[in-house]
Amino acid sequence: MTGKRKRKLENVLLEIRDLHATVEGREILRGVDLTVRTGEVHAIMGPNGSGKSTLAQVLAGHPAYTVTAGSASYEGKDLLAMTPEDRAREGVFLAFQYPVAIRGITNAYFLRAAVNAIRKHRGEEQLGPVEFMDALEEKLKVIGWDDSYLNRPVNEGFSGGEKKRNEILQLAVLEPRLAILDETDSGLDIDALKTVAQTVEKLRRPDNATVIVTHYYRILTHIQPDVVHVLSAGRIVKSGGKELALELEEKGYDWIREAVPVA
Amino acid sequence: MSSGIEAQVLQPYKYGFVTDIESDVVPPGLSEDVIRLISTKKGEPEWMLEWRLKAYRNWLKMPEPHWSNVTYGPIDYQAISYYAAPKQRPTLDSLDQVDPKLIETFEKLGIPIEERKRLAGVAVDAVFDSVSVATTFRETLARQGIIFCAISEAIREHPELVRKYLGSVVPHNDNFFAALNSAVFTDGSFAYIPKGVRCPLELSTYFRINASSTGQFERTLIVAEEGSYVSYLEGCSAPVRDENQLHAAVVELVALDDATIKYSTIQNWYPGDEEGRGGIYNFVTKRGACRGKNSKISWTQVETGSAITWKYPGCILQGDNSIGEFYSVAVTNQRQQADTGTKMIHLGKNTRSTIVSKGISAGRGQNTYRGLVKILKGAEHARNYSQCDSMLIGDRCGAHTFPYIDVRNSTAIMEHEASTSKIGEDQIFYAKQRGLSAEDAVSMIVNGFCKEVFKELPMEFAVEAQRLLGISLEGSVG
Repeated sequence: MTGKRKRKLENVLLEIRDLHATVEGREILRGVDLTVRTGEVHAIMGPNGSGKSTLAQVLAGHPAYTVTAGSASYEGKDLLAMTPEDRAREGVFLAFQYPVAIRGITNAYFLRAAVNAIRKHRGEEQLGPVEFMDALEEKLKVIGWDDSYLNRPVNEGFSGGEKKRNEILQLAVLEPRLAILDETDSGLDIDALKTVAQTVEKLRRPDNATVIVTHYYRILTHIQPDVVHVLSAGRIVKSGGKELALELEEKGYDWIREAVPVA
Repeated sequence: MSSGIEAQVLQPYKYGFVTDIESDVVPPGLSEDVIRLISTKKGEPEWMLEWRLKAYRNWLKMPEPHWSNVTYGPIDYQAISYYAAPKQRPTLDSLDQVDPKLIETFEKLGIPIEERKRLAGVAVDAVFDSVSVATTFRETLARQGIIFCAISEAIREHPELVRKYLGSVVPHNDNFFAALNSAVFTDGSFAYIPKGVRCPLELSTYFRINASSTGQFERTLIVAEEGSYVSYLEGCSAPVRDENQLHAAVVELVALDDATIKYSTIQNWYPGDEEGRGGIYNFVTKRGACRGKNSKISWTQVETGSAITWKYPGCILQGDNSIGEFYSVAVTNQRQQADTGTKMIHLGKNTRSTIVSKGISAGRGQNTYRGLVKILKGAEHARNYSQCDSMLIGDRCGAHTFPYIDVRNSTAIMEHEASTSKIGEDQIFYAKQRGLSAEDAVSMIVNGFCKEVFKELPMEFAVEAQRLLGISLEGSVG
């Protein structure tokens, strides 16, 4: 494991140093350090209110959060200086915990707009509706999904589970370099969880990385994480392998809270 | 952030240019003499003049209505000029005689009237200030017996039809602004679809106000005989001016047995500036009569312009099984005010009406939906479905809904749904997180909101409507 790490040193995709962030004046992140390399899957676990979702939102650039100190670099660039749309165009994808509905706009239309915005950013040609649908069907085949979501309005009238699946469909279509899954597993039944996890596994490549934010060990039985982190009171207080997740599953979070005094 | 969204909807008006053309303008003021002068200029028969004078005398006795949810200063009816026409009067049969400046004006507005550039599948009547300057595809239509011409021409050429139907849906004393229009109307379109004919082209009128200190009072009359079908569209725009200009139009539709009239409006009069200076007062009476059984009248409107809009296109569902529809998108931005909706009056048995209203308010805009659904005693098994949705952009605008329901038959079925939403930071952020710009996100959200209405527009104009909304929503947010 250690030898493998060393070989990957130059493949740092995301590097977070001493990140502090507030929302409505309350400090939620209190010095997060995290390094994610290409090819890796990281799991960030922690109790309610520990700052997991805040970290996800800050990385995506949600305007409600203010970064007060620290840095985050993505592919060597200052991530925090980029607009949310540029982060997305450069390959940062957030699967939302609470995906938003857009009335009257079909998933297919929305996805094409997103794909074309990214293509434009890269100086590539825009895809017409027909070309796009062809490309989309190819991708659906790869992940083994049908096209039943495509002509429904974005998240409108979707059940909680359908919304989460829809986020993964978008992830599959947009093929980001860095995917952040914010509690995508919560609210999914066992079958849906399996489908989602298998899709994430299928999308794993040596040149991308995934950060899974979760409460539960469950999803990690389907996706093999390289590193598991515990976030508590706005800081990563413990990191380890998959066995750490198992330990958390058995013992809960209290032993970590006790073990690490909070500043 | 929300002010960022707001900034995107503040977009300069793109049709505000003035055409420099010599005009024949009647001096401001309103009197019986002015009405006589208009009637003479139009070469009208005596009965028409009598009708105008009757309307005028009624109007003098009527108070200006102020029940709508809009505010504006007093209108000085003696300061308005009631007739303005380009000096060089063309003969309508030959476009060669139309002043090139007029052709250029309409071309700039995207309404080509020259033979070789005409819009495929659309016949256009182009009205400039008080006169119709050109009507395209007249011969094509005439071959099927369809009459499509300026109303002033119809009064001269088809008096029997005009006399029979003019004022039969909106009487000369219907309301203050309709009475004023009946007294002074200058031009507008007339369409007549004979029995059993399906009009092969979209009929369209484009109204352009150009002269200053004038009012525009057009009158449109469409008659669909038994079993006929017609789709009609009106568009409009005006130059940027500091003063308010009055536009008081009347539209009457008559559908006989099994006839269908689809009437679409894309209203883009000058809305005034950020401070509320200038802009058109759009005080309009539009009504359709479903006189025959199984007849259908469908109103679709996209209202993006005007300082104040005050209009309620309605349907009188007289014939058994007749259908009335109203699909509306009204946008108010800056200081615009709109009080708009519909009236569905159910008289016949099994009559059905559908109302879908989408109000979008931005800036300091105020948007009011006001609708009446009335089911009379004899209207057995009448049905109405109403849906009123409001969208707010920013926190200084307003949305208001006043649905009036009057049911006098217990077999009626009524459904009413209403919603108010705000374009939220979360929606914009979600779209941005997928790579879309803020502009594209707002435009997408608004277009999605209006989709149920846009899909009712004739295809040629659905794109135009989306573009228009896109223009008013596009901005310079980095």
